[in-house]
Amino acid sequence: MNDPAAPLLRFDVVTKSYDAVTAVSEVTLDVAEGSFVALVGASGSGKSTLLKMVNRLVEPSSGLVELEGEDVLALAPHALRRRIGYVFQGIGLFPHMTVAENIAIGPRLAGGHDNAGRVSDLLDLVELDESFAPRLPHELSGGQKQRVGVARALAAEPHLMLMDEPFGALDPVTRDALGHAVRALHDRLKLTTVMVTHDMAEALLLADRVLVMDEGRLVADEVPKSLLGGAGGDVAQALVAVPRDQAKALAGLTP
Amino acid sequence: MSDVWIALLGLGDKLAEHVILSAAALALGTIIALPLAIWAGRSAMVSRLSLSFASLVQTIPALALLALFFPMLLSLRAVFGDGLPTLGFLPALLALSLYALLPILRNAVTARANLDPGVLDAADGVGMTGWQKLRLVEAPLSAPFVMAGIRTAAVWTIGAATLSTTIGQPSLGDPIFAGLQTQNWALVLAGCIMSASLAVLADSLLGLVEKGLRDRRKWMVWTGSALAVLGLVVAFASQQSEDDDTIIIGAKNFSEQYILARLIGQRLEHAGFSVRYRDGLGSAVVHEAVTSGAIDISVDYSGTLWTNQLKREDNVPAEEMLTEIKRWERETTGTVMLGVLGFENAYAFAMKQDRAKRLGLQSLDDLARAAPQLTIGGDIEFFERPEWTAVRDAYGFNFARQRTFTSTFMYDALTGGEADVISAYTSDGRIAADKLVVLDDPKNALPAYDALLLIAPQHAENARLLSALQPLVGEITVGAMREANFAVDRLDGKQTPQQAAEALAAKLGLD
Repeated sequence: MNDPAAPLLRFDVVTKSYDAVTAVSEVTLDVAEGSFVALVGASGSGKSTLLKMVNRLVEPSSGLVELEGEDVLALAPHALRRRIGYVFQGIGLFPHMTVAENIAIGPRLAGGHDNAGRVSDLLDLVELDESFAPRLPHELSGGQKQRVGVARALAAEPHLMLMDEPFGALDPVTRDALGHAVRALHDRLKLTTVMVTHDMAEALLLADRVLVMDEGRLVADEVPKSLLGGAGGDVAQALVAVPRDQAKALAGLTP
Repeated sequence: MSDVWIALLGLGDKLAEHVILSAAALALGTIIALPLAIWAGRSAMVSRLSLSFASLVQTIPALALLALFFPMLLSLRAVFGDGLPTLGFLPALLALSLYALLPILRNAVTARANLDPGVLDAADGVGMTGWQKLRLVEAPLSAPFVMAGIRTAAVWTIGAATLSTTIGQPSLGDPIFAGLQTQNWALVLAGCIMSASLAVLADSLLGLVEKGLRDRRKWMVWTGSALAVLGLVVAFASQQSEDDDTIIIGAKNFSEQYILARLIGQRLEHAGFSVRYRDGLGSAVVHEAVTSGAIDISVDYSGTLWTNQLKREDNVPAEEMLTEIKRWERETTGTVMLGVLGFENAYAFAMKQDRAKRLGLQSLDDLARAAPQLTIGGDIEFFERPEWTAVRDAYGFNFARQRTFTSTFMYDALTGGEADVISAYTSDGRIAADKLVVLDDPKNALPAYDALLLIAPQHAENARLLSALQPLVGEITVGAMREANFAVDRLDGKQTPQQAAEALAAKLGLD
């Protein structure tokens, strides 16, 4: 980036409305390079919509979204998306392509040629054995699929990772393991990550900044420690109360 | 069974025509359906409209759809000029392509609609352009379903292509229609076996391609496609080239027409012309075919032309009718009415002799009195024709029941008692053979049906052709024609139209 002070990602009074419904309402937000931001809220709070306005899967009704200083609407959607890693709950591996072809799709679209070494590095990053490369998606478990999904998102060496409920469909053990793996990758590759989740515990444990949304508005913007200390307002505290109460109840059960 | 084998072996060129027509229609149908399906995937309106249209087309019987393209192309001549063919390959291709549209379109639209939304999101998310998404994701994932649609369309098209015979496009329908008319079951069976085998073969090859696409086995896709292409290449290679000098003789779909076409063809071959036959043309189609030059020669009947072409409803003496037709053809279509062949194939009311005697019926006046207790059988078009209206009104007919049969089965209906009286044809050999009596027409309500020769306008000055045909004029007696017709129509000791034409020529001392 030319200006080290500028944020990697910027929302400036961004609104998205569908007919009568306002999904996102006047959100203004800066995301600094290298941060891991969790976007938390109940279903329908607008967190996914806000995320998708970054890679233009949703177009804002008004306001400005800037990536590395550029208005995203000024870029061709496909060119914009090739610069951003995108991981989502549906995973969306291409069922007719092998794991290796899925991972290499981004570079292939950009006109690069197949690079077996690169695929093997990426598999290694997501802790999958090289023997997965020739397999088809239907042969993989849910956790393995999402690891491939993450590898695919990393293939184009993006600065920004957008993750939309990435572990939502996984069992708790896989979910926990994959969460830690993603956080480790974030640190190792010096990524900037925005992750949407409805699970406050996940947000508190993985992120270094937690944003809370309610009815399309940004209602809290805190570091995990402050949230646990009672900051952020009623909506945020109601979300924090869930894992805290569970933890207490579990502590009471411990012999 | 050996008859069927012989018939099958003679179907090579029909098979080739059938393969080329079906493949072309399938290809055109696919070329139209696929972009439409892609468009439909992006617009609910297009999806609804295109599927409704394709379903609507499907409800039209194939035979009617084929026939409808004839007037449609005729009216399009106003735009594209008189060079636009209205018969043969073009209308058959268009009708069959429309017919092939629905299964391909429906499968393609359904396949697109049922793609995993997650996969489509991922395609956008990784940064595919619209074209890359189509090429890399939507097309390969929809391909097995699209192929299944093409497969269904192929089977339908091959089946429906047999009907293109009626609009003058040679196909495996030729032996089926000809065989049905002449009760040559070996020929019917051969046509059915051949077209069914072709359909099964096409289904298997395309099924192999479909399975290959589904299971991602390239060898299956390549083997299926390669064999299908090979079949097409063979069909193309085996097609006889039709040079410009070839004289095409048209025939309507009954025995007499097949025989007369061969009689004319044999004369022309002796005179050094090369000849091809276009059999089984619809009665309405054949006149347009000869006047537009799609065929070179046809045999028609004065009464038919009088009502259908000259649009006359009055009934005039035979001589006057012929003079008027000759003048009308020359002035309006440029077609040459060379002359009459010498016999009439008029409508006449016929009954079993014993039954007529028992009821005491000799004339149509007598018939009118007995009508309320009787069933009348007619050929497919008879009750729609003005002759029927005229004769019904003249005698005040009021039959208990009215039934339609194909012209061949009409006589069997009389024998089997399904009809008491039928609209027979005066030149039909079965009148004598079945011991039928033709009822008199004292009021002359039925018009004359002199068989006559029509020559396409482009041969109006072709002296060599006209002089080769001239000896036929006025030479064919109704007795000789009946005999030839019966030789083809009878069940035992059946002759082919070719053989009957040779016998007819010999009997009349022609050549």
